[in-house]
Amino acid sequence: MINLFSLDRIYHPATSVLRQLGGMALMFFSSIFYAFRRPWKLNYIFKQMEFIGVKSLGVVLITGTFTGMVLAIQTYYGFRKFGAEGLVGATVALSMTRELGPVLTSLMVTGRAGSAIAAELGTMRVTEQIDALIVMALNPIKYLVTPRVIASFFMLPVLTIISDFVGIVGGWLVGVKLLGINEGAFINKMIKYVDLEDIYDGLIKSACFGIILSVVACYKGFYTAGGAEGVGRSTTESVVIASVSILVADYILTSLMF
Amino acid sequence: MDKDTAIKIVDLYKNFGSQNVLNGINLEIKHGEITVIIGKSGGGKSVLMKHLISLLKPDMGEIWIDGVDITKLKERELNEVRKKFGMLFQEAALFDSMNVIDNVAFPLREHTKLPEKEIIRLAEEKLKNVGLSGFGYKMPSELSGGMKKRVGLARALINDPDIILFDEPTSALDPIISLTILDLIKETQERFKKTYVIISHDILGMFRIAHKVAMLYNGKIIEYGTPENVKKSENEEVKEFLKATGIPGFVGGVL
Repeated sequence: MINLFSLDRIYHPATSVLRQLGGMALMFFSSIFYAFRRPWKLNYIFKQMEFIGVKSLGVVLITGTFTGMVLAIQTYYGFRKFGAEGLVGATVALSMTRELGPVLTSLMVTGRAGSAIAAELGTMRVTEQIDALIVMALNPIKYLVTPRVIASFFMLPVLTIISDFVGIVGGWLVGVKLLGINEGAFINKMIKYVDLEDIYDGLIKSACFGIILSVVACYKGFYTAGGAEGVGRSTTESVVIASVSILVADYILTSLMF
Repeated sequence: MDKDTAIKIVDLYKNFGSQNVLNGINLEIKHGEITVIIGKSGGGKSVLMKHLISLLKPDMGEIWIDGVDITKLKERELNEVRKKFGMLFQEAALFDSMNVIDNVAFPLREHTKLPEKEIIRLAEEKLKNVGLSGFGYKMPSELSGGMKKRVGLARALINDPDIILFDEPTSALDPIISLTILDLIKETQERFKKTYVIISHDILGMFRIAHKVAMLYNGKIIEYGTPENVKKSENEEVKEFLKATGIPGFVGGVL
């Protein structure tokens, strides 16, 4: 029984990419579908929120702070050439809220939680725990994928706003306290040039990145094959694919938004 | 479908790429009996078992369970059928993230509205049945292979399923633990009179507990009957397979 129209029959990298993209889209939509079906698994969602959100806090705080600090140094030496040191605050704040906050947070969460999700689901697959769920008449998408996608969708914006804040504080520390920029100018220009919309758009981006990283990690983990080696491969692939997808999606979203 | 038939498999075919794994399986499994499916490693036993609970879809053929052809069912209807099943996986497939008691209680928590106290009581009772009372609050990673299988058995039994599937219940266990697992399987079956389907290549152990034995060879069931009949089979492949075990009293074996 050969189905000529089946993509399985055509072993070509392009169809493999298409198949995976299709698989991820299907997984995303079914995870949303099951999110609205009873029984709601709120405890599963909160557990994932803790894992993806709360436990990523440390790494996000450090990344955000140092990014803000380095931005302040870089822009300070650039702007000093034409006496615009006062714009350092606005530049740091705009860069953080529009771009670096969402992107760096998502990349860090991909590295920390995305890899863990792929490895955990991959291990569950190869040790037949996913089959055990199905045998118990439970839907593995609802139990494993939906909570992770929802948790990422809500936690990434929260982490991003924290990253934005500590980034600006880091910029202020370096700019005002270390390099001696006038504090009034630093704060005023920031308030003048940063709109609420810049912050909102950054948060919308980060929610989209949250969906991307969780769906890629769940898809790669869920369809792991080949034992321990397969789990390793899925984990690596999920981090690489999610990171690249986040950067591509960032370009698309940014060009649509700003 | 006969009244005392629990599972009827009709002309079941399954290919993976160019490999024909199931090549027209026909088998009737009776209610309240232990049916053991034996065969070579990699010979399609696990694939056959996964079809019984629709973890895999056949290319062709029918599987009748309680008068319903499950190959034609949608996911939601399948889940109703699956509630009649319990399964002990080869590596037990306990959920790593939960302790032993939560693993055993999981099917009850998800499918019944019993109060939490009652769920814990039932789970502890099942753990006691498999000789693991007091282990409820250990994590699966703290258990040995044999203990995991016993927890897996407790979890498979907790919903009082009509049909229980066993995937290599004694593989990778030492002879004494194997015997304990076999005794547990026999004892629980005799007590609850449920339908047990076991796939295994542990010939000696399985012939001890089986009511019926089926031999899978080249994707087909080539022999089916009571252990006594299968032992005396005239089929060349069955003879060769049993001879390889070298067990006294088996066809072709040491006499």
